[in-house]
Amino acid sequence: MAIEVRIPTILRTYTGGEKAVQGSGSTLTALLDDLDTRHSGLRGRLVTESGSLHRFVNVYVNDEDVRFLGGLDTQLSDGDSVTVLPAVAGGAR
Amino acid sequence: MLQLPRAMLDQVLAHARRDHPDECCGVIAGRDGVPTRLFAMTNAERSPTGFVFDPAEWLRVYREIDDADEEFLVVYHSHTMTEAYPSRTDITWSRETEFGHWLLVSTRAADDEVRSYVISDGVVSEEEVRVT
Repeated sequence: MAIEVRIPTILRTYTGGEKAVQGSGSTLTALLDDLDTRHSGLRGRLVTESGSLHRFVNVYVNDEDVRFLGGLDTQLSDGDSVTVLPAVAGGAR
Repeated sequence: MLQLPRAMLDQVLAHARRDHPDECCGVIAGRDGVPTRLFAMTNAERSPTGFVFDPAEWLRVYREIDDADEEFLVVYHSHTMTEAYPSRTDITWSRETEFGHWLLVSTRAADDEVRSYVISDGVVSEEEVRVT
């Protein structure tokens, strides 16, 4: 099944400059595993070594932040749209 | 050097004062290094010591800028108790973002302090802010 994944500028080094790529998987984890077979290294920028979503990125499924869905276990269906963005944060502390 | 129209600088300063004692944050989009539009963002942390872009709002703003093929020129935020200099947290996060310039405002005193930086690979370089 095909899921479109929109990639931010900062991660397009992994997609040969493409703004969007196609992948498949029934969960976000499965989708990222699939993408990593063609875009090696991309998963490592999104998922920490301990297997959680990296705090430096936001991932949205159909424009919903996956932190409010099921995180990496979020279920996906054919035709869903996934967007990856760099999170933006900082501050004095 | 960061060129900034006076009206945009005034918007940043007003935003910083409005959100004080919490930190404010926002984005200035640009084209060929020239500011085009300012987006005052919601600090999802509502904190005096940190900021996080609200994820839903950031998605809308990111798309608007990206779809228009504009640049992510400036990320601005305020420090409310310390100087307008990038913190260790700022430097850490700068590695993960696409912004060319980090504009900082300090609201700790009555007089505004505004300074701009390029942070590249964790190295902070202050730059001139030229108000146009």
